[in-house]
Amino acid sequence: MIHRKKAPARTSTLPMHAIAWVVGAFILIPVIYAFLGGFKANSELSSNPFGLPETWVTANYTDVLGSGSFWLQMWNSTFIAVATTVLTVALAALAGFIFARYAFRGRELLFTVFTAGLMFPFAVAILPIFVLLRTFGLLDNPLGVILTQAAFGLPLTIIILRGFFRSIPGEIEEAAIIDGCTPFGFFWRILLPMARPAMATVSVLAIVGSWNNFMLPLVVFSEEASWTLPLGIQQFQGQYASDTARILAYLVLAMVPALGFYALAERHLVGGLTAGATKG
Amino acid sequence: MTILTRGPEAVKLPVPAPAVKKRGRWLTITLFLLPALVLFLLLVVAPILVAVYSSAFRWNGFGGLPTNFIGFDNFTRLFGTEIFAQDLWHLLVLVLFSVCVQLPFSLAIAMLLNQRIRGRALYRVVFFAPYVLSEVITGVLFSLILSPGSGLANRMLSVFGIESEWLADPNTVMPSLFLVMTWKYFGFHMMIYLAGRQNIPNELIEAAQIDGASSWRTFRHITLPLLGPTIRISIFLSVIYTIQLFDLVWILTGGGPSHSSETMAVTMMEYGFKRSQVGYASAISVVMFVLSLVFALIYQRFVMRRDLAGATTNLGGRR
Repeated sequence: MIHRKKAPARTSTLPMHAIAWVVGAFILIPVIYAFLGGFKANSELSSNPFGLPETWVTANYTDVLGSGSFWLQMWNSTFIAVATTVLTVALAALAGFIFARYAFRGRELLFTVFTAGLMFPFAVAILPIFVLLRTFGLLDNPLGVILTQAAFGLPLTIIILRGFFRSIPGEIEEAAIIDGCTPFGFFWRILLPMARPAMATVSVLAIVGSWNNFMLPLVVFSEEASWTLPLGIQQFQGQYASDTARILAYLVLAMVPALGFYALAERHLVGGLTAGATKG
Repeated sequence: MTILTRGPEAVKLPVPAPAVKKRGRWLTITLFLLPALVLFLLLVVAPILVAVYSSAFRWNGFGGLPTNFIGFDNFTRLFGTEIFAQDLWHLLVLVLFSVCVQLPFSLAIAMLLNQRIRGRALYRVVFFAPYVLSEVITGVLFSLILSPGSGLANRMLSVFGIESEWLADPNTVMPSLFLVMTWKYFGFHMMIYLAGRQNIPNELIEAAQIDGASSWRTFRHITLPLLGPTIRISIFLSVIYTIQLFDLVWILTGGGPSHSSETMAVTMMEYGFKRSQVGYASAISVVMFVLSLVFALIYQRFVMRRDLAGATTNLGGRR
């Protein structure tokens, strides 16, 4: 049996690898092109688009790394992503705790209101949000982006956390209450530490969502000092339209944090996205 | 002494008077829910309602709430424009392409990487990676690769004698856009399918193989039906995403050339922010909203009905 099973498998993996390689090339060629292109002079980029650079020009990369605006955008993106995540996860954990462990009239209706938020395109709300933020003086203020992103991040985060909180046995809560724990004490000292994997997952989702957000910062931030990376990249392309190599260097450097984060948190990210997709 | 007095109290503690317990319970519920609820109502629900409200006005977005009521004029004007008809057409084209090409492709790759081939973990990581990159990075990168003339795509395809204007030609802009979308998103759908496939017990598939079913028949009659819920969800996500497609188009083409790749969200942003016709732009966002809502309700009612016990649209939801 074992022998019969193994033999056809060995002969048939070659075409599979071939397909995987073609798809892999489709994915990787643009990225490799950008990476190598950043080391080329513009004249070489059109004559030798994909080969190794004849002379490795490092100026494109070092210029970007030496520019204050790149690091400022990096900082803005990081700050907004971290603040968004803390706010989203904190509020969603409190709400998810109630939705998971308290039965009260109107609970399902309230929960449905939150989950319905998943179906509504963010684009629908962008104009009123802009007007609202302008009224409160939150344009060109990171808080305007942070609060809005947190609000739109709540539905998915609450759904995932509620599911996890529910899976924690009620006996633990009873034991804690009998030992004199307040509801918040139980939530803070027992439930949250137990829910660490779920918290990690939703945090990773919130960070990536905030890091890549474009539409909201685009309308909220007009001053260069508050730009996030996506805004900076778009602006950089406009500014150096003919200097392709320099844009490529900027792109590659902007990819590094996202890809590095992906390398670190791959499991949480993929797990969270697929769980979010199937639960949403 | 102390032990004696504390004894009975400790026994009483877990059963306080019902009224006090009830009030404390409601206090907890309110305090825990309120922050999330306020933020959500203020920045998600209210803006959507304001968008619906202001779509009935001629409004430049300034001076408090709009006052110049014009009823459904924004909508009749919108429905009469060529651009809106094109927006709808582009939505339809992208949805069809996604459902008929991108998703089957993702499914095929997922099935491939579900086999025991060497390096499959690495393949998965690489195929998913573009999903992590922002739309802006993807868009700028591909606008350079697909640039007419000496872009990478033309350079590489010149071997086959193919040259194209890609994003600059109205005839090729939509396929080019779809290509970029596939590059960025197929890994996401692949991962969903892989997760769905892992929920199918291997015994079922092995049993079919022992009964002599070919791998195609096993896939067609066992794996595919059991993946049904997963596939229906990925179609759902793909359609909802396409209705609000903005970032990639804005970066790649800005909706051009001459509106040939414009989406509703791009049209809305043009009118809302560049031309300050906030009332009219709100009408477009209301159309997006209604499209999403109607699609979600119909789809969940008729297509995902079996998959969603107690999920989003089930108001009376079971525990």
